[in-house]
Amino acid sequence: MSLIEGRSGQWEVVIGLEVHAQVVTESKLFSGASTAFGAEPNTQVSLVDAAMPGMLPVINARAVEQAVRTGLGLKAEINLRSVFDRKNYFYPDLPQGYQISQYLQPIVGKGEMVLDLPGGATRTVGITRLHLEQDAGKSIHDRDPHKTYVDLNRSGVALMEIVSEPDMRSAEEAAVYLAKLRSILRYLGTCDGNMEEGSLRCDANVSVRKPGGPLNTRCEIKNVNSIRFLRQAIDYEARRQIELIEDGGEVKQETRLFDSKKGETRSMRSKEFAHDYRYFPDPDLLPLELDPDWVVAIKASLPELPDEKKRRFQYEFGISAEAAEVLVAEREHAEYFEEAAKGHDAKAVANWVTGELFGALNRMGKGIADSPIKAASLGGLVDLISDGTISGRIAKDVFDAMLETGREASDIVAEKGLKQVTDTGAIEAVVDQVLAANPKQAEQLRSGDNKVIGWLVGQIMKASRGKANPKMVNDILAKKAGG
Amino acid sequence: MSELTALGIAEARDLLASGKLSSRDLTAAHITAMEAARHLNAYVAETPERALADADASDKRRKSGAAGAMDGIPVGIKDLFCTEGVETTAGSRILKGFRPPYESTVTANLFKAGAVMLGKTNMDEFAMGSSNETSAFGPVENPWRRQGDNRPVVPGGSSGGSAAAVAARIAMGATASDTGGSIRQPAAFCGIVGLKPTYGRCSRYGMVAFASSLDQAGPMARSVRDAAIMLGAMAGFDLRDSTSAEVPVPDFEAAVGKDIKGLRIGIPKEYRVDAMPPEIEALWAKGRAWLEGRGAIPVEISLPHTKYALPTYYIVAPAEASSNLARYDGVRYGMRKDAAELEDMYEETRGAGFGPEVRRRILIGTYVLSAGYYDAYYLKAQRVRALIARDFDLAFEKVDAILAPTAPSDAFAIGDKSDDPIAMYLNDVFTVPASLAGLPGISVPAGLSAAGLPLGLQVIGKAFDEECVLRVGAVIEAEAKFRALS
Repeated sequence: MSLIEGRSGQWEVVIGLEVHAQVVTESKLFSGASTAFGAEPNTQVSLVDAAMPGMLPVINARAVEQAVRTGLGLKAEINLRSVFDRKNYFYPDLPQGYQISQYLQPIVGKGEMVLDLPGGATRTVGITRLHLEQDAGKSIHDRDPHKTYVDLNRSGVALMEIVSEPDMRSAEEAAVYLAKLRSILRYLGTCDGNMEEGSLRCDANVSVRKPGGPLNTRCEIKNVNSIRFLRQAIDYEARRQIELIEDGGEVKQETRLFDSKKGETRSMRSKEFAHDYRYFPDPDLLPLELDPDWVVAIKASLPELPDEKKRRFQYEFGISAEAAEVLVAEREHAEYFEEAAKGHDAKAVANWVTGELFGALNRMGKGIADSPIKAASLGGLVDLISDGTISGRIAKDVFDAMLETGREASDIVAEKGLKQVTDTGAIEAVVDQVLAANPKQAEQLRSGDNKVIGWLVGQIMKASRGKANPKMVNDILAKKAGG
Repeated sequence: MSELTALGIAEARDLLASGKLSSRDLTAAHITAMEAARHLNAYVAETPERALADADASDKRRKSGAAGAMDGIPVGIKDLFCTEGVETTAGSRILKGFRPPYESTVTANLFKAGAVMLGKTNMDEFAMGSSNETSAFGPVENPWRRQGDNRPVVPGGSSGGSAAAVAARIAMGATASDTGGSIRQPAAFCGIVGLKPTYGRCSRYGMVAFASSLDQAGPMARSVRDAAIMLGAMAGFDLRDSTSAEVPVPDFEAAVGKDIKGLRIGIPKEYRVDAMPPEIEALWAKGRAWLEGRGAIPVEISLPHTKYALPTYYIVAPAEASSNLARYDGVRYGMRKDAAELEDMYEETRGAGFGPEVRRRILIGTYVLSAGYYDAYYLKAQRVRALIARDFDLAFEKVDAILAPTAPSDAFAIGDKSDDPIAMYLNDVFTVPASLAGLPGISVPAGLSAAGLPLGLQVIGKAFDEECVLRVGAVIEAEAKFRALS
């Protein structure tokens, strides 16, 4: 448990998250308009999205399927009957004057997610519910000093709101939760998880208490749009609340905004000004009834999810929990690893992927899909090491050449003559040459001083331009030692 | 009255089919009559050029042998139905000048069946009213007058323009909509037939919403048969309305004229309300006797939650309306009163755009949905609504249809009740229960009041059994021998 040190002792922070995930669908939740990102303003707006008189919503079956898929992926209850409600408020980017959402009877009920924390600990976070709702449009206030422009392209786009229990106890845990949720959504293909484009947004409910004490008033931080900002926002907010209480003040229930430039949260509106949303069942829509067989069919079509994949990787490939964790975080990474590891030294492949490859891709700003080294080629490189064709040191050079050219390891090795020297005579010749050039160290070796062996191996490898088989060099030196 | 405006839909259809009549002549006669009857204020927009073009197209179609069920028949369209390119206001200032770039499903179906549009008919603002006095475009006059009294009386509402137009023979039929009685009550006041179908029978797509769980489109005509023909052309499942029912559209007209021997007709004791005029009570008894004389079996039934129907309706309907009308905010279409601040723009636009009755209902609806009041009002009303529906379910285990008066009085004078909303709301006491239960109901003119104004009898049927309603309605029509205005 990570506690925060205050003037009056230690504090515990209590966090629950509400995540808005844009559902991957061709069209909107209740209309046929497109959901593609980045179109010219007001070009993806149907008569329904603009709330023209007499227009009616019709549920998009694909969005329902995606919500069910997500619920199943979160091991949550699927409610075979759910109800759409109207959440009423006035705003120019809300054409109907209400948002269609699910209030008392959401499509997905309780589920849970197990977080693997650094250091090997785990934390189980309860999922309270998942419901479907419409997104609003976008108000643009900075184009004109007196006017607001409205873009309705997003109006009516399907969102899943995924609400957690207040089960997280640090900004780190919240970050791990959000990263894992995003990973699961991407595995499922139900949300692209792109936080920059706003496909995934997060509200954090934060309160502090003395460990084991009663919960205090919480604040809600709205619309955090990166995992890094989430961490910063929670840390700032927890400290603010602790200081407030320690100074004799009281935390007011309110909605706060995170200012990523200043790294602080600030008040948006307090509860006294909260809307009365006048929720009631939308009479334009019948209750949503799901066929249990349909749900079973969706369940059968679920992909292997990160937790299962991680366990399988450990079992099937004998790699460490840490390496498996890193590899399964992104579905594409896991698939790359698996292809590269099949029939090769999987542990070595895991090391190459999580070390050299991720490092290089990171430097180049590329995703795994654009990796110049294809999975099969990486397997080939590892094979050359395993069978003694090249040494580990040479392998790094070969890897760099592969990155640059995208060619196969074996071709590069053959072309550059990097094949490891395993001819005893040839290696002995280099050994003798090095010993002759370094009489002092040669003498030490002969007198049985083994400490010098390491230095000599280095010199010999250098002289062979890395091609000498290091084990054979060691063997020859050992024989000469104490000669 | 010209000879041509004397025709009913069925007769005109047969003359058109035989080639003895052209839609052009029929339509032209109605346009002339429409223009001569402007004092009624039944139409808010006349579309004579379009009507003649529609008529010519119809005549051409007929020659090629491809005529639909309503081909060449000139009708009025309640201004609640969005008509592509033709101003649609729902009787409200806030939608003045609004020309929808789309067509409602009901009107699209009618036009596909060949109907000719004469114009858009006046109505209570957003269908909120029982006298057509809340229209932003002025009240409609009922073409009927009290004997010896030339003061205009109301046509009922909210489909007052449609009812007056059909009664005055300036439309052969008209579309209407019923939320709590808006088809049946004006039909009764104007001495015509009005049919509210089962909820879900006609698509609500493109119909300006008042209360979504109650709104239902239906026809007005001068005979039961004509109403049946018109309903057949309006109804049908529509993918664009999630509450529209995926059931086949039967041949409604075939039900008209079938005998009613052995049909069990429920007479609900709770409809004998306090202060009901004796002439209404007498008409009801007469209706019962007519049906009995034709071989039906009257059965006393109980609908115990009837007395809660009106208060339930006046919670549910305004609640939905308060949300449905939120879209008229001055941002995208319709009226806008500019102001420096957003809140002021909303308040000024909606304050000026909506009339007092609409504002009243928005306030009531907002109130009953508010935190702290929701359970006591809206939720309780929903529970009572379910009980009312159950009353009907139980009753329909014993009977095939229910007979009741349509309205508790004849038409009243313009201005008489406009200051007393409760008195106005009481007009719907007999129509609201079937609306809450989503059941079909027809009002058939059955006689005249002592003052010489029309009175209607209502037949309520099982869900999606409009055929039975039409069958019984046709018998009442035949027995009553009501004389329409000529």
